[in-house]
Amino acid sequence: MRIDGKGLIDRKTALNFRFDGRSYTGFQGDTLASALLANGVRMVGRSFKYHRPRGVMTAGSEEPSALVEVIERGQQTPNVRATVQELHEGLEARSQNRWPSLRYDLLAMNDLFAPFFGAGFYYKTFMWPRAFWERLYEPAIRRAAGLGSLSGKHDEGIYEKAFAFCDLLVIGSGPAGLMAALEAARAGADVILAEEDSRMGGRLLADTVEIDGRPGRDWAEGVLAELDAMPNVRLMTRTAVTGAYDHGTFGALERVGLHLAQPGERPRECFWRIAAKQAVLAAGALERPIAFADNDRPGVMMAGAVRAYLNRWGVASGKSVAIFTNNGDARKTADELTAAGIEVAAVIDSRPDAPALGDYRLYRGAQVTGTHGRRGLEWISVRDQNGERRVEADCLAVSGGWNPTLHLTCHMNSRPVWRPEIAAFVPVDGAVPGLHACGAAAGVFSTAGCLEDGLRAAGAALEAIGQKAPKIAAPKAEDGAYDISPLWVVPGERRAWLDFANDVTAKDVRLSAQENFRSVEHMKRYTTQGMAPDQGKNSNVGALAVLADATGRGIPETGTTTFRPPYVPVSIAAMGAGGRAAGFAPQRFTTSHEASVERGAPMIEAGLWYRPSYFPRMGETDWRRACNREVHNVRGRVGVCDVSTLGKIDIQGKDAARFLDFVYTNTFSTLQPGRVRYGLMLREDGHVMDDGTTACLAENHYLMTTTTAAAGLVMRHLEFVHQALRPSWDVRFISVTEQWAQFAVAGPRSRDLLNSVLDQKLDPAAWPFMACGAVSVSGVAGRLFRISFSGEHAYEIAVPARYGAALFRDLVARAETMGGGAYGMEALNVLRVEKGLLTHAEIHGRTTAFDVGLEKMMSKKKDFIGKAAAARPGLLGAGREQLVGLRPLDAEREIGAGAHLFRKSDPAKREFDQGYVTSACYSATLRSWLGLAFVVNGRARHGETIRLVDHMRKTEVLCEITDPVFFDPEGEKVRG
Amino acid sequence: MRITCPLCGERDRREFYYYGADDYLRRPGEGAAPEAWDSYLHLRDNPAGITRDLWHHEMGCSAWLVVERSTITHEIRSVKLVSDVQEGGK
Amino acid sequence: MAELLATSPLEGLVPLSAGPFTLSDAGVARITSVAPFAGKEKAVSAALKKAHGLAFPAPNTVISKGEARIVWTGRGQAFLIGADPAPLAGIAALTDQSDGWAVLRLDGPEAERVLARKVAVDLRPAVFGEGAVVRTALGHMMSVILRAGAGFEIFVFRSMAHTAVHEIGEAMRAVAARG
Repeated sequence: MRIDGKGLIDRKTALNFRFDGRSYTGFQGDTLASALLANGVRMVGRSFKYHRPRGVMTAGSEEPSALVEVIERGQQTPNVRATVQELHEGLEARSQNRWPSLRYDLLAMNDLFAPFFGAGFYYKTFMWPRAFWERLYEPAIRRAAGLGSLSGKHDEGIYEKAFAFCDLLVIGSGPAGLMAALEAARAGADVILAEEDSRMGGRLLADTVEIDGRPGRDWAEGVLAELDAMPNVRLMTRTAVTGAYDHGTFGALERVGLHLAQPGERPRECFWRIAAKQAVLAAGALERPIAFADNDRPGVMMAGAVRAYLNRWGVASGKSVAIFTNNGDARKTADELTAAGIEVAAVIDSRPDAPALGDYRLYRGAQVTGTHGRRGLEWISVRDQNGERRVEADCLAVSGGWNPTLHLTCHMNSRPVWRPEIAAFVPVDGAVPGLHACGAAAGVFSTAGCLEDGLRAAGAALEAIGQKAPKIAAPKAEDGAYDISPLWVVPGERRAWLDFANDVTAKDVRLSAQENFRSVEHMKRYTTQGMAPDQGKNSNVGALAVLADATGRGIPETGTTTFRPPYVPVSIAAMGAGGRAAGFAPQRFTTSHEASVERGAPMIEAGLWYRPSYFPRMGETDWRRACNREVHNVRGRVGVCDVSTLGKIDIQGKDAARFLDFVYTNTFSTLQPGRVRYGLMLREDGHVMDDGTTACLAENHYLMTTTTAAAGLVMRHLEFVHQALRPSWDVRFISVTEQWAQFAVAGPRSRDLLNSVLDQKLDPAAWPFMACGAVSVSGVAGRLFRISFSGEHAYEIAVPARYGAALFRDLVARAETMGGGAYGMEALNVLRVEKGLLTHAEIHGRTTAFDVGLEKMMSKKKDFIGKAAAARPGLLGAGREQLVGLRPLDAEREIGAGAHLFRKSDPAKREFDQGYVTSACYSATLRSWLGLAFVVNGRARHGETIRLVDHMRKTEVLCEITDPVFFDPEGEKVRG
Repeated sequence: MRITCPLCGERDRREFYYYGADDYLRRPGEGAAPEAWDSYLHLRDNPAGITRDLWHHEMGCSAWLVVERSTITHEIRSVKLVSDVQEGGK
Repeated sequence: MAELLATSPLEGLVPLSAGPFTLSDAGVARITSVAPFAGKEKAVSAALKKAHGLAFPAPNTVISKGEARIVWTGRGQAFLIGADPAPLAGIAALTDQSDGWAVLRLDGPEAERVLARKVAVDLRPAVFGEGAVVRTALGHMMSVILRAGAGFEIFVFRSMAHTAVHEIGEAMRAVAARG
């Protein structure tokens, strides 16, 4: 029901919305909750466990009960708090946790069986018989579990992540936050004021408060106008600061497009990371309920929320409102309701000495012992010294006192302390370095106190960053004392709710204590208290008080569970914004990418790079035919392959050769300009890090190549070795991977092909195997290396990357006229397996130079990284798994990488393991499957028949152990 | 977490690669005893308090850094360039 | 044989616009990395001064003179742009980087709002004005970002040009949509 003349809604802009299929009207400025209340909708959902009817309880993000699904443009978002969802034209929402409908819900029978479903029920019940678990219990629990449902489709919404920086982050825009922001802004500090609500002002929007003789909300407008006009201030509404992290980093969730009917390309949400030099926590306080019988009935609300609906949204939460309180705040509620013409049925004040301050019925020293009504509250039972009575009311405004919103102060391990005079936890100073709690968040509950405390906090923050605070006098405002006499739970037989969202009752907490789960952390896990979407904001302190009582301890001794981020639920989509599909990681494309795609090559990922798998031709029915052809091309004619993805590092300086000697196991200081050498690099622990060739381009100038996979790793390693171990050596290096496009030209006719593109023909005498030098390609300065990863007479030609696309197309076209063509990763792999050449399938981090048969490359004449560790006895000798080749006895029997090897006579079990296969392929050249494998003492076992068992693919193949070089073992072709 | 790189200034943790304790700076000389290598490669303190470890400003200036910080409070006491520490120490 | 045609890494990707923001090819022609050899920092500065009116830049800064610029890009390293590096031969490691980078130009009112979606560094004019440069991450990509008038020049690896344009474009659209 709307109250004329009240509220900050725009009554000229009516908005149509739907809830559970029915159409309603609200106004611009409404939340879904205020619009539903205005329309007299009291029941908005069913509870998590017992499926009890629930209504709106609060007016903020702490709402435990009014959780709905919002449906928009194919999205279905569960557990949206109706108190946070702003109304927009066409908003569609539905209640959750009910079937088939909100009014008639079948699982509500859970409530009838509640005596069986108490805390710990699941732990005790579904244990036996064991076989029932998978077939019966788990499916049944899964069907009943969870709050709300997802669409099951991809979330196609736009989300965003962003970074912000400031001197001072002010969290919350009530009186304390506004004063803090104003002071810092006037001091010239770079200020961000973040407010989770759609509108700044905090409680000034919800309560009738006077500041400097003006309505509080007008005063707030004045301050906000001043702040808005200042270039050093950034006002962020709809932005909930969700976490406090190390060194002034805060997480914050901004609702960007969720309140709009037509968001266009606006993101739904943006997750901010804010780096602040200092921060002020002015997040206010949350009103807490009192536990009494059936206190979850729709119509039972927080008193502060009743005032908020009245003042902010012009909504009466009931026709006749009763008030149940343990503190002086109830007076505000009664006065404001009366002033708005709403009947105050009674004030039930648990304090025996409660003052009578207004024209309403007051029960002193009284308690609410029950609520009644079919689909919502109709009347309550009240007990005082004169006995039990019935009070007719369709709304009960409850105030059990206020808890400072100190959550962020706990995010870095600090625990709050108990302040008995306000019966609440307050944050300790320095809980989060640089974060100053103030106002209600620090336990200051009067408006005047908050205004002053905001100034104090900003002053402290400014001092910490060396800025001078301007002199500002706090405006005048109400400064009443906060009078509270704690009441947590009203004694009684019936269930009294603590955690509404998770359906935890006072009895559950007592049961936990009785079963010896007496620590607050154990109680939490036993009862699930505080583990729902509201994370115990409404109930943790109450539950703790019940536990304290049940265990005969005080509240401070019982302690509290800590609060962890996020303060409000954050969608994974917002935190992972931009990371979907292609946004998951950068895609690196070579200069030949387009040409490869045009040729129909399937592109496969190699780290971040995309490389062609093979180049299919007409009539080739599967990839293996294409691969076989490409292998034949290279072995018989000529093939072209883009190898630009290999890491290339330009190394210069008078100590460059020395440096290479130190990072490689073998010697490079003897390498002459114009020559290339294969090098092996170890980690300091003696295992192989990477391999590759390094060319001496000129005196003191080298070009190192790394594998594609290890390019970044090697760069980091070189930086470390230089900066940490040999800082005085004069050597400089920089990656040139991206600068040069490089293509392998391999096969007996590779020289012919190159001669057709080079400006000067190659002189065979000047270009032996492992030569390098400058060449000219159509006038473009390039580099040529006579190296081979195929065992063929081969070269790699490099040109500046801008010419890569053109050169690749030209080389491939020419190769095709010679009967060859482009080859992809599959063929490249077959070619290198045939030659027993290594990739990271073999140098996978656990293999040594000895294991791969390259121990002779470890120089005895010099120190190098990994030398000492590689000489450890455990890394050498017959006990090691050594690199071998494998050939199935039946050449056509497929073998696969990952299979394990066993002696013919042994069972295929782990304890008999003789080794494993790292690479396997079909060799069209040798007409056989081939494998590379590591086998215990393998080099001494060539010729032995071993049993290959592939547990994954369920195959068993007898293989012969061979030398890993299958093809041209003398290396005649590569030198020819 | 934010680290103040001596060259680049204060930066978010995402720009840095973490390596390990600064023991890695004290590589045994050639011919050192196996125990020295064992200690260099494998033995690490796990202090509740001040620790010095190595970070690489991989997304920034490529400098290797020695970061002195508290494992309890997460306070960072100092950040130095590894090259300065090593050259100064030799 | 025929001439080898040069291809820009940004071909077909830019220009791109969204609302008031535009992303284009910065048209940077020649990039040489300059890493002074040990003890040669002063000599490098002197040679830069003599040849181009520049000096070796302090961290996070750019020095410009006419068409020539030198941009700090890391520990002991800077990119000489639009100028001949030959006068530095022998006193610094010189490496051609002209083809290694895609250089984008982002323009638009408070264009730092766009980069704030991808870069965890404060790029607002008050702290990142003319002559400022950062070596940082753009999303997951290594980058060099420098202030250029009201806009920015953004260097990313050539191979990642596609991703960089896609990601910056996404941020441009999202910021533009907020109005």
